[in-house]
Amino acid sequence: MEKLINDFSFGLFIWQVVIFVGLIFLLKKFAWKPILDAVNDREEGIKNALLSAENAKKEMQNLQASNERILQEARLERDTLLKEAREIKEKMIADAKEEAQTQGLRMIEQAKASIESEKNAAMAELKSHVSSLSLDIAEKLLKDELSNKDAQMKLVEKMLGDVKLN
Amino acid sequence: MVISTRTLRFTIAVFIAGLPLFSFANPVSDTTKVQTEVSHAVADTTHAVAEASHEAHAEPTDAKSKIKAFINHHLLDSHDFVFSANEETGEHYGFSLPIILWDGGLQVFSSSKFNHGESVAENNGNYYVLHHEKIYKTDAAGTLKEGHGGHPENVKPLDLSITKSVVGILGIALLMFLLFTSLGKSFAKNGGISKGPGRIFEPLVLFVRDEIAIPNIGEKKYKKYMSYLLTIFFFILFLNILGLTPLGFNITGNIAITASLAILTYLITTLTANKNYWGHIFWMPGVPTPMKFILAPIELLGTFIKPFSLMIRLYANILAGHVVLMSIIALMFIFKSWIGSTLSFGLAFALSLLEILVAFLQAYIFTMLSALYFGMGNEEHHHDEAHH
Repeated sequence: MEKLINDFSFGLFIWQVVIFVGLIFLLKKFAWKPILDAVNDREEGIKNALLSAENAKKEMQNLQASNERILQEARLERDTLLKEAREIKEKMIADAKEEAQTQGLRMIEQAKASIESEKNAAMAELKSHVSSLSLDIAEKLLKDELSNKDAQMKLVEKMLGDVKLN
Repeated sequence: MVISTRTLRFTIAVFIAGLPLFSFANPVSDTTKVQTEVSHAVADTTHAVAEASHEAHAEPTDAKSKIKAFINHHLLDSHDFVFSANEETGEHYGFSLPIILWDGGLQVFSSSKFNHGESVAENNGNYYVLHHEKIYKTDAAGTLKEGHGGHPENVKPLDLSITKSVVGILGIALLMFLLFTSLGKSFAKNGGISKGPGRIFEPLVLFVRDEIAIPNIGEKKYKKYMSYLLTIFFFILFLNILGLTPLGFNITGNIAITASLAILTYLITTLTANKNYWGHIFWMPGVPTPMKFILAPIELLGTFIKPFSLMIRLYANILAGHVVLMSIIALMFIFKSWIGSTLSFGLAFALSLLEILVAFLQAYIFTMLSALYFGMGNEEHHHDEAHH
C-alpha cells in the first residue's frame, strides 16, 4: 500500500485527467456522434429495406394468388358456357325435329282430309251423273218404246254398250 | 512425436506458474534494500546523489539484481525518453522531455539537466534532484535527507512534467482523435459505409454499444454514456497495446492513470444516479428497519469500493503482465545456454500473445464494469414491484 501511494504521481494524474476529459469531449463531438448516428441510420435503412422486401414478396404472392383465382374463374365460366351452348343446340335440334314431325303429321292429315272430300265429291258427282244418265236412258227407252220395238231394243243395247264404254 | 496436448499444456502451465517464483520471488524487500543502500550513500558523500541514482538502475554488478533494477525502473514513469542505454560508456539513446514544476512559480527546464538522474539540476536558483523518478528540492550539493521507509524527506514540488507517460497519453489521444474522426467522416463520404483505417474499429464500436452499453444500462438511457464508454474502452485498449511494444511504456500499469479513470467512472455514476439508486444505499427497501441502519454504511462503502476495485484490477493486471514478461525475457540472459534461452524465448512469445488477450480483456472488463455501475445508478423500480 505504501508503495502504491509512493508510486502515485500527482502531476501525471492531473495530465491524465485533463487530456482524457478533453479527449472525451472532442471525440464526442467529432467522432462518436457521427459514427453512432451513421451506424444507426444504416441499421434503420437495412431494417426498412428488409421490411419493404418482405412486403413486396407478400404483394407478389397476393398477386399470384389472385391471378390464379381469375384464371380458375375464367375456366369455370368457359365450361359453363360450353355446356349451355351444347344444351341449347340439343334443345334446338329436338325442337326442330318435333316441329317437323307435327308439321308433317298435320300435312298428312290435311291431305287425307282433302282426298276424302274429293272422293266424296267425285262420288256425289258420279251418283248424279249416273242418275241423270239413267233418267236419260229411261226417257230414250220410253220414247223408243213408243215407236219401234226392235229399234228400241237395239237402242237399249247400244246405250248399254255406250255405258260400258264409259 | 506423439505428445498429448494436455500433458504439454500442463507442463507449460506449471512452468509459467513456477518461473516467477524463483526468478522474481520478493521484489518489494529487495527494492527497499537497494533504497537503503542508496540512502546511506547519499548521506556519506557530496556527489553521492549521482552514484545513488545511478545505482538504482545500473550499478548492481550481478545479472539478477541488475535485471530486477531494470524491471523496477521500467515500471515507473520516466522523465526522459530513453530507447536504450549503453552501460559501459553511460550513453543513453533517446530524447529529453520538458520538466514543469510548480515551486513558488512555474519552473520549466529540460530533463537533460538531470543527466538521467546523475546530476543536480539548477533552474532560477533552485536545485532539484531526480531520485527514483521523483523530483526533490535540494541544495547545490544535492543532499537528500533520509526519511522513514527509505524515501527522502526533502520537499517534493508539484511535478507537472511532460513525462514519458504523458507523451504516451498525448500520442494515443492524438491517434484516437485522428482515427475516429476519419472514421466518422468516412460514413458520410462513402454513402453510409465506413472506409479507411478506422474501419477496423467499427465492429469494436458496435461491440461496445451492443454488448456492453445496451445490456447493462438499458435501451433508453445508454446513449448519454456512450461517449465515455467508447473513449475509455479504446483509451485503455490502445495504452495496453502500446505497453506491449518495445518502446517501454507502462501507462495503464501506473496507479495514477487507473485512479483517474476509476474516479471518472465514480463521478459519472454518482452524478447521473437517480433517486432509486440513493434510496437503495441509504434506505434499503424490503428489509427490517434496524437492518436499514446497518446496511446504509455498508452500501455507502460499497460505492467507493467499486471504483477502487476497478483501479486496482487494471493496475495490477498490466503491472503483473509487464513484470512476468520482462522476467521471462531476462531469463534468456540468465540461462545463457541454448536450451534455456530457447525455452524462455518460446515462453516469452506465448506470454506476449497472452498479454495481447489481457490487453483486450482488461479494456473490456473496465468498460463493462463501468457500464454496469452506470446501469445500477439508473435502475428503475424493481424491488417495489415485488411488494405489490
